[in-house]
Amino acid sequence: MDITTVIFYILSAVLLFAAVRVVTAKNPVHAVLYLVLAFFTSAGHWLLLQSEFLAITLVLVYVGAVMVLFLFVVMMLDINVEKLREGFWRNLPVAATVALIMAFEMVLILTNQHTGLGEFKAAAPLAADASNVKVLGRLLYTTYLLPFELAAVVLLLAMVAAIGLTMRSRKDTKVVDPADQVKIRRNDRVRIVKMQAEKNVEAADAAESGEQQA
Amino acid sequence: MEFLQGILGNEIGLVVWTLLKIIAIVAPMMIAVAYLTYAERKVIGYMQIRIGPNRVGPLGLLQPLADGIKLLMKEIILPAESSKGLFLLAPVLAIGPALAAWAVIPFTDKLVLANINASLLYILALSSIGVYGIIVAGWAGNSKYSFLGAMRSAAQIVSYELAMGFALVGVLMVSSSLNLVDIVNSQAQGRAGGSIFSWNWLPLFPLFIVYLISGVAETNRAPFDVAEGESEIVAGFHVEYSGMAFAVFFLAEYANMILVSALTSLLFLGGWLSPFPASWGPLGAGGFFWLAAKMAFVLFCFLWFRATFPRYRYDQIMRLGWKVFIPVTLVWILVLGAWMMTPLSLWK
Repeated sequence: MDITTVIFYILSAVLLFAAVRVVTAKNPVHAVLYLVLAFFTSAGHWLLLQSEFLAITLVLVYVGAVMVLFLFVVMMLDINVEKLREGFWRNLPVAATVALIMAFEMVLILTNQHTGLGEFKAAAPLAADASNVKVLGRLLYTTYLLPFELAAVVLLLAMVAAIGLTMRSRKDTKVVDPADQVKIRRNDRVRIVKMQAEKNVEAADAAESGEQQA
Repeated sequence: MEFLQGILGNEIGLVVWTLLKIIAIVAPMMIAVAYLTYAERKVIGYMQIRIGPNRVGPLGLLQPLADGIKLLMKEIILPAESSKGLFLLAPVLAIGPALAAWAVIPFTDKLVLANINASLLYILALSSIGVYGIIVAGWAGNSKYSFLGAMRSAAQIVSYELAMGFALVGVLMVSSSLNLVDIVNSQAQGRAGGSIFSWNWLPLFPLFIVYLISGVAETNRAPFDVAEGESEIVAGFHVEYSGMAFAVFFLAEYANMILVSALTSLLFLGGWLSPFPASWGPLGAGGFFWLAAKMAFVLFCFLWFRATFPRYRYDQIMRLGWKVFIPVTLVWILVLGAWMMTPLSLWK
């Protein structure tokens, strides 16, 4: 058994453990962190398949951005785990049936001789300086240019729609416009009043004594 | 390496050799981190007309060691209501990526631990993981202040990562490579080849500025240190940490600063290339010295910013990231793309 196979089995064991814990962990934050671990390990699998671009992008996009936002949301929720578990036994038969059907379908596809997935060949070893990124970039911008651009437009549309759905201008918001703030000059805010620095002493005294008598 | 492989066999020998190289990078890094804290206190001290640490050893040079011993001796307090495992995991998550990123940083064109093709992507990916340490620390401590600090920091890091990524897109457009060694080497070529003007900072000036400022924001340094914000939320995400667990966060922050300074030097300031023409003999030859000098300059800027600017307000940070930096980088990438297609292109 060479070292790649050993690494593959270690990664697979960690991946399966993490995936199971995502479902069984009681605390949702722990579940999200196990999901992060699962992503990370599958990136390792991709590295073993010599697709470094996909592996790094998986870490960059899913671990570095998507899961951070997920964690962000999950941490702010106050989830009552007991309440979520209430219907567990009632729903178990339905869930088990669905899971069995899915597993059956997977086995059917993977072992079918027509799909050829049963004897999936290992990737041919690449030259040491072969660049995955360059090949992918060339394909994306030549052969698959239109599908690629289409996917980009769909993503943009989804983003605009999501922002459009959630954005509302609140009346009571205290947000300030920095451009307005910068434009402010001293005279807009402060009025310098010129007044006499000294009082006439005699007049002041007279006023004071008048007050005392009264 | 052949010697080790002779004794231990091919594969184990290679592993041991790599481990030795890792130690050769991490140990000087830790010393650099310790003395960066010293430099910070000295620089800020002089900027505020006082002399900074000066009691422990000559010129206070042993101060970082004294601080380290103090932190080692202190008790690590586990808050009763905390999530213990995650509480202890968080510092590891913070420092792990900060150190792992150094695997692909080249020190000269030959001296690099792993010269991989997608090294720039690797660095982007690892620096985006660093935020987990902060979020997990903030949550596991089970304190309102640390949680607020973690939320602020997560939002800030995710926002500035975009601007940073776009700034890097410009760099890889002009050098047409994701490999850091190639990126530095390509800065020696072009119209103004071999001089300070052919480095990326000049033609990519807006991206350089955006990258530098985003780097400060990514490392949660002043004036972007709302994640700590002493005056508002005590100490932010690490408010519950004490002793060595706190020190690890401290180490991670400074290791990240050194990493960002190294990246700025490599991507925009010509890395190990010398600013003088090659005809000047030893001064004109590139080498690690120049990279170290450039990193020291960028780090000095980090400290200078901290001594100069007051802390940003949270909404201003978000506005700067999303409404100023991202449009600036997008426009400059467009300009750059058009520029590279014209006969005036500097990079042919």
